[in-house]
This record gives sequence, structure tokens and C-alpha cells, in this order.
Amino acid sequence: MDENTLQELKDTARRIRTLTIDQIGYFGVGHIGGALSIVEALTILYYHHMNIDPQNPTKRDRDQFVLSKGHAGPALYSVLADKGYFSKEWLHTLNVGGTNLPSHADMVRTPGIDMTAGSLGQGLSAAIGKALGHRIDGIDSKIYVIIGDGESNEGQVWEAAMSASHYKLNNLIAFTDYNKMQIDGYTQDIMDLDDLNAKWVGFGWNVLRVDGHSFPALNRAIRKAKEEKCRPTMIIMDTIKGKGAFFAEGNLGNHNMPFDYETAKEAIARLEKGEA
Amino acid sequence: MGKVKDMRATYNDTLIDLAARDERIVLMEADLMNASGTVSFKNTYPERFFDMGVAEANMAGVAAGLSSVGKIPFAASFAPFASRKTYDQFFISANYAHLNVKMVGTDPGITAQVNGGTHMSFEDGGLMRNIPGLVVFEPCDNVSLEKLIQKAAEYEGCTYMRLHRKGGNIIYKAEDKFELGKGVVLRDGSDVTLVATGLVMVPEALAAADELEKEGISAAVIDMHTIKPIDRELIVKYAEKTGAFVTCENHQVVNFLGSAVAEVLVEEHPALLKRVGVQDQFGEVGKLDYLKERYGLTAANIAENARAVLKKKQ
Repeated sequence: MDENTLQELKDTARRIRTLTIDQIGYFGVGHIGGALSIVEALTILYYHHMNIDPQNPTKRDRDQFVLSKGHAGPALYSVLADKGYFSKEWLHTLNVGGTNLPSHADMVRTPGIDMTAGSLGQGLSAAIGKALGHRIDGIDSKIYVIIGDGESNEGQVWEAAMSASHYKLNNLIAFTDYNKMQIDGYTQDIMDLDDLNAKWVGFGWNVLRVDGHSFPALNRAIRKAKEEKCRPTMIIMDTIKGKGAFFAEGNLGNHNMPFDYETAKEAIARLEKGEA
Repeated sequence: MGKVKDMRATYNDTLIDLAARDERIVLMEADLMNASGTVSFKNTYPERFFDMGVAEANMAGVAAGLSSVGKIPFAASFAPFASRKTYDQFFISANYAHLNVKMVGTDPGITAQVNGGTHMSFEDGGLMRNIPGLVVFEPCDNVSLEKLIQKAAEYEGCTYMRLHRKGGNIIYKAEDKFELGKGVVLRDGSDVTLVATGLVMVPEALAAADELEKEGISAAVIDMHTIKPIDRELIVKYAEKTGAFVTCENHQVVNFLGSAVAEVLVEEHPALLKRVGVQDQFGEVGKLDYLKERYGLTAANIAENARAVLKKKQ
């Protein structure tokens, strides 16, 4: 990855963080932690890897993205607004009655959302369905999905894991947002994922482990995943929950936390100064 | 008349015909391909058949994903597993997302027979009836099964079908037409209306009407194949005509046919009603004849309830 591209991606990620903090802060409460931990992943997918057209959001042969941890919707809304799927003005309607931007990703309401999610554990199965459907139709595309670490407590994730490798879905590229926190505490204390790499290897996946906030590392992993011939890929991203917001980063209570608009503005100012 | 095909054979054959005309049709199983009788679909369209193993929740989620890229998946398991084990996945990933998944619950109610209480679903239809906008239906013979599967495939949205698996029945003629949401009057009558659904109960209701006729009681029989949306117009018409009803279902009387008919009557045209069906009980093992007696799913019990409701009417 050349320097210019890297700088552009970094600038974009800062913009997406800003929009996300502003969006949730304007409403006053939301899933800030798990939204900010996936900003680099969303950025590299939507600005560097995915074959998509915001002017034609339902283009049949496009790559698709499933946000299985649907509560991180605001981060994805920031990306979609920034890419022009809808007006940035919509971002201040988050969770207001009648909005097109509900807390959890909703394909019925929001242009650019490829799958509804929010009841945890379901998105990987849906992504598998998309991958199988594209294979039947001979569409040369990739289906991307991000699941959470807490979400990985769900049994359905492992039913899905088994079936994706059984069907040799090399057009499926999954990510785990391994920020080590879930609602009630550290994943290690609430429901230990133990050796997460070994689990996915055991289920027959091509497993890569990266720093989820490093664009060069994410880029290498995604390129490798795209070359995989017969297995689905799981990219386990070591991330920091609440990354980039001084009031949330590393704060165990950041899953769905209240913060006022002044705090949001201060966080954005610090981000712009490169202090976060 | 020759031997009637198993309902599952009609299910399989109808889907093979549909798949030939519509490349969007795909079929899914959860390790019950042999039970559902879909081996020949698999052999005919191997690239459009997915056995998901014993993992019904994942099957429902994968079906939703397939539907989101334009496929029309029919996904089957035994009724308790197609409903109870997939409920949140079918609810959120398929229905809430406004997708197009056709869920099929086989061996409904007492037809689970010797698989017993763990496999005997008296609540699947009720669970499904609670899902907003979902179309819920239960065909009573091979002809209506074929036609209603075709209608379900044409319908853009999720459906749930209770599929009587083993054995078949012919009530309709090949040229008869069906609409989801429109009940069929199998026999007219003026004293009492028997509203039945499914292959276990529609024949029992017809037999009960014969029995009642011998006593000078004129019983209408309606095949209410679609429980949701319920045919309000037809219920009101027969409320005006007979003022007395017996519902007949191979299901709990709560939240399926009996409840649906009661709701319409209370809101539109109050009439007397008795509900023949399972009365707040679990399933148990047994052959079909034993289980019919055990839960009162018989022509004799329907006739008895018809007499009781008529007594109140006087």
C-alpha cells in the first residue's frame, strides 16, 4: 500500500469516526464502543476493496456487506452517508421516531444496507446464503461480514461456521471484531473465547490475525483472503472498543453509553488535533 | 381410484416442476431429506439443493441470505424444529427483513405419531401466526397442496406451510382453483358451520357432517387452508347463515384456527363457537388412530360439539 493511499484511508477513517461520534452524541446515547472499533475495517472495505456503486445500491453483481453486529449501525451509516448513499443530514435522525437510521442495521429502511441484523448470531448465516446464491448465479463477487466477539457466544455462529467450510465458500470473507469486551465485562470474564484462532481453524476456515486498526495489515489480510481457493476466510481483528473517543476508549461501560453533544464535540476536536 | 401419493411426494414433484420454470427456486433441508422426500429434487437440481445438517437456525438464516440475493428458498424440517428452533432467525432475518423465505413444517401435530412429544408440535402454527405479515397455511389434500405451493412461490414474502408428510388424500378436482387467504366451502349447510384445516381434520369434519345429516342437522364444511390471513368474509357469511361454529384443528386451540375464527366472530358477527383441537396439552407417542382418540380429533367429537353448540343456539 503506497503512502498516498494510506494517508487517504487514515483521513477517511478520521472522518468516519467524527461522523459516528457526532451522530450518537447528537442523540445522546448509543453503541459507541463497538461502532468505533470497526471503523478501519469498514473504511478499507468501502473505500479500497468493495465493488459497489452508491448510485446503484442494488447492482446485482456488487460485493455485499453484512454487519452481523448490527448495533454498530451508526459507524456503517457514517460510511454510507459519506459515500453518498443518502444525505449526511440523515445522521442527526438516528433513532428518532420514523427515522431511516435505526440503532441496528435495517435493509428495509436504509439505502446501502445489504442485510438486516441486530439479534446477534444471525449475520454470518445470511452472508453464507448470499455467498451460495452468488455462486449459483456465477457472480464473481465477495461477501463480507463482521461479527462481534461477544456475538461469538451464540451457537448459531458455530452452526454457520461449520456450513461455510462445508460448502467451501471462498467468496466469503468474515471478520471478528475482537475488542475483548462485551456488555457485562471483559469477554475473558463473561464467556471466554479462549483460543479463537484455533476454533476457526478447527472449523475449517482460512484464519488470519491482524491489528484491526492497521490499514496495511488489514489490506494484506483481505488480499490474501481474496486469493483463497476453497475455504472461507476469518480475519480476526485485534481492536480497541471505543477507539478514538477519549471518553469511551477502553471504558468497560462503552457498549451502549450516554454522552452529551458537548462531549462529542470535544472528542471530535481532539481527533482533529490528532490527540485521540 | 389408484393409491394416492404421499403428500411429501407431491411437495417434491411440485417443486421440481416449479424449479424447471423458475431458476430462483432452491430447496433446503436440515438432515431430513429422506423424511421430506426431496431426494429426487436433489438429484435433479443438485446445485440448487442445500442440506444444512442438523442446524435449523442456521438453515433459516442462510435461507434469508439466499432470498436477499433473489432466490426463493423452500426450507423444511419437522414442524416443531421448523418453528421453535428457527423462530428468531425466521422472525428477524427473514420476516422483519421483508425477505422471501418459504418455511415448511412437516409432520404437524399428531402425525408425528411414534416420534412422540418431543416431535409433536401443537404450537408451531400459533408461533408463526404471531409473526407480522406472515402467510400461514395447511393444505388438506394433494391437489390443494400442489396449487398452494405454486401460490406460495408466486407470493412475494415469507410463508409457513404445515405439510402432512406421509399419506395423501384427494378431496379436490385437478381443475379446482385456490387462493391463499380464501377458504373453500366443501359442503353447504344451514344449521352449523364446521371450519377445518389440514389433512387430519378436514376429512373428519366431512365425516361429522355426514353423521349429523342422518340426524337432520345441516352442517356446512369449510376447508380453511389459510389460517393467516384468515378469510373474514367467508366466516361472516356463515355466521349470518348458521350462527353456530365448530372449528377443527390438529393443533392447540390457542392461537391457530379456533382463535382466528373466534376473533373474527367476536369483532364482526358474534356467533356460538366450540373449538375441537388440542386442549392445552403436550404430545405423546402413539399411532394416528390412538392419538386421534386421545386428543378428540375425531368425527364423533366434532359431531358431539356441533350438537352441543346447537343446543345453546336454541
